[in-house]
Amino acid sequence: MSTVLQDPRAVETPNYLNQEYGWKSWLFTKDHKRIAVLYIISITAMFFIGGIFASLIRVELLTPQGDLVNSDTYNKFFTMHGIVMVFFFLIPSIPATLGNFFVPMMIGAKDLAFPRINLLSWYIYIAGAAFALAAVVLGGVDTGWTFYTPFSSTYSNTFVITAAVGVFIAGFSSILTGLNFIVTVHKMRAPGMTWGRLPLFVWANYATSLIQVLGTPVVAITLALVGLERAFHIGIFDPAIGGDPILFQHMFWFYSHPAVYIMILPGMGVISELVTCYSRKGIFGYPFVAGSSLGIAIIGFLVWGHHMFVTGMSMYASLYFSLLSFLVAVPSAIKVFNWTATMFRGSISFDTPMLYAFGFIGLFTIGGLTGLFLATLGVDVHVTDTYFVVAHFHYVMVGGMVLAYLGGMHYWWPKISGRLYPEGWAKFACLLVFAGFNLTFFPQFILGYLGQPRRYHAYAPEFQVLNVMSTAGASILGLGYIIPLIYFLWSMKYGPKAGNNPWRATGLEWQTSSPPPTFNFEKTPIVTEEAYSYHTQNQKETHGG
Amino acid sequence: MHEIPSVRTYVTIWAILTVMTFVTYYVAQVELGAWNIVVALLIAFFKMMLVILFFMNVKAESPLTKLFAGAGFFWMILLLGQFFIDYVSRGWMPEGKLW
Amino acid sequence: MADAHGTVAEHAEHSPHLRHHFDDMAQQFDSATLGMWVFLLTEIMFFGGMFGAYTVYRGMYPEAFASTSQFMNPFYGALNTAVLIVSSLTMALAVRASRLGEQKMLQLFLILTMIFGLAFLVIKGFEYHEHWVDMKVPIIGGHWNYSEFPQFARQAQIMFCFYFFMTGFHALHMVVRLGLMTTIFVMAKRGTFSSSYFTPVEISGLYWHFVDIVWIFLFPLLYLIGRTKKLI
Repeated sequence: MSTVLQDPRAVETPNYLNQEYGWKSWLFTKDHKRIAVLYIISITAMFFIGGIFASLIRVELLTPQGDLVNSDTYNKFFTMHGIVMVFFFLIPSIPATLGNFFVPMMIGAKDLAFPRINLLSWYIYIAGAAFALAAVVLGGVDTGWTFYTPFSSTYSNTFVITAAVGVFIAGFSSILTGLNFIVTVHKMRAPGMTWGRLPLFVWANYATSLIQVLGTPVVAITLALVGLERAFHIGIFDPAIGGDPILFQHMFWFYSHPAVYIMILPGMGVISELVTCYSRKGIFGYPFVAGSSLGIAIIGFLVWGHHMFVTGMSMYASLYFSLLSFLVAVPSAIKVFNWTATMFRGSISFDTPMLYAFGFIGLFTIGGLTGLFLATLGVDVHVTDTYFVVAHFHYVMVGGMVLAYLGGMHYWWPKISGRLYPEGWAKFACLLVFAGFNLTFFPQFILGYLGQPRRYHAYAPEFQVLNVMSTAGASILGLGYIIPLIYFLWSMKYGPKAGNNPWRATGLEWQTSSPPPTFNFEKTPIVTEEAYSYHTQNQKETHGG
Repeated sequence: MHEIPSVRTYVTIWAILTVMTFVTYYVAQVELGAWNIVVALLIAFFKMMLVILFFMNVKAESPLTKLFAGAGFFWMILLLGQFFIDYVSRGWMPEGKLW
Repeated sequence: MADAHGTVAEHAEHSPHLRHHFDDMAQQFDSATLGMWVFLLTEIMFFGGMFGAYTVYRGMYPEAFASTSQFMNPFYGALNTAVLIVSSLTMALAVRASRLGEQKMLQLFLILTMIFGLAFLVIKGFEYHEHWVDMKVPIIGGHWNYSEFPQFARQAQIMFCFYFFMTGFHALHMVVRLGLMTTIFVMAKRGTFSSSYFTPVEISGLYWHFVDIVWIFLFPLLYLIGRTKKLI
């Protein structure tokens, strides 16, 4: 092997990126890897749009008075931030990008079960995003991403139907992705790839797909009913004509709670991959980690009422949902304990993906535990609809999910692009993200506990110091997001070539070239080893075998 | 692949389904109080099982297909059941009475 | 040198319908069937949400809902149910014909299935027209008159909304499945299907039967509630 750095612009081996050129080869592709890249571009764009709304919110909250914008406009800011981030970034994020790219490769398949449906799901996503952005451009929506009735169905004067249509359409994209993964994992595993040898990333995406398929249709019908009520003024959710607004909340949260598990489970799958690779050790308690993914998926459908404790739901139902919300924390905790045990006596390296994994484990734990505070009925009465809730879900969504996404992107970037990113800048950006994130959201726990309500553009003057800290943190966080965007793009042209397996990781995706060929494998692999067989890998390296 | 059911099987199932439709219609004319809806839904459930097992051939399918077919209905019950937990128990509080 | 598809000899052996990311036709067929069942799962949850909401309101306003049964035409409902059940039979027979490679029977049963499907929509159309004439269409402004039971006017509106939404979404699925069947029929006429390749017929059949099952539940719930109840 040559020690001279290869000229990155030298002629490359045929791979999925250079196999064909031209916009048609991308827009009509059936290759899951290219579709994953299309998704990466789209959700990154939506992420930054959602981020702009976040910036507007934080700028307004620098001062206690509502002086930057009036309350109606502020309502539009947090609504659009929520809709774009939840439905157009978080829900598709890891499954549609890293999942699309790597689930087939990890199981040794040539593609997903239904490649054309995969492409269709991307087009549907774009159509949904177009409607959502149309709602923004036309003047915005101000109902909150939760579309509570009867405000959304009767009294709001904004573009609710347009936004609801966008979300409805995006839901189908999510359903089709989930459907594809389920069939793929059941029917297209390579010989020897039993369920017990699947990488945990695949288990996580499989569990996520079950949630997508079982839950999304319900939010679809719910939003359809809101749209119909708005258009025809009937009264399904309007109490003035006999409707029940709490029914809307039941139907909405039946999906939207499991939706948060759609967001976090794939992230947990990524962490399992990172922790094993950078500890050079097999996962501790594989059956428990795999099983806990399914456990979270199933129990996640039994807890949605914890969003409704103070709305007028029956107290007995509140007791039921509170108890189950405590139970759903157990499988998540199991994962955290198993990751920790994996790292124990492992040979840890501090590459950027591992730093993101550390960040995830710590921040997700804080976010998850504060979820238990919220599941406690008495405490919830005090902190519900305050910044405590906002801080809780940002800890799990950003401190958890976004960090996992960034960790996964850095881990698999060499495989996706064939190039290495600059490690120094990556570590710096990671530290900015971690520091900025905590500075933004930790003060919000305190603010919420002290009583600052959420979704208000003005607040009591004594809260200003913490709010200013939060906005400062947001600026640092924003910088931490922009830097990777720049160096990832830079690395595509100027980064050193990665080679097949720069991290010396196990897993079928690393056995093929970087970037992979269009059909993934020259010959269908035959799997003989368990997942994460780092002990054999380490032995081979030590003894040069 | 799987066994192909005979024409006779299909026609028999069709006949049973049609008869059950008439039964549903006529039972609905008889006053049974709260049992009316129970009977109607039970008959509908029975008809659905016939369509699934025979017309959709799930009887001959793999356990995996059976699992997915069953999961859908189970999940719908989960949705309805948990709605009921709220609506039924509202009446148990002294002030609330919705159902 | 072999390309990613294998040597020329291997290429010639398999069915022209085999998609190259699959190993063989059996895997492709199994995947398609599982995929359709997963899709039906989503449809169950879609209609399930509506059934759930409907049930909640029915529990809330039992008399108002019972009063609406006077304005439903259970004869049309039962007739439609019978029509759909026959269409299920002809669909099952069509799938059977495709498995046996009987081209003429396949085409015949597909045509019959579509005719019954259309018949359903025609009968539904008559029903909707009756409701329109009776002023029982709350979703179009001003076409609602519940003077027969004024004390239930508001809640009955909710029930009629559900009636139109549920039968409306069901009818939408009927239209989709008629479109599917037309495509299948065209493919059948071209001789695409044989006893070794009938996947599209099979999975379209599954979709057809599912839409029938939805109606099997809609019929008692919407048409036969409280037909015997004595109203105040």
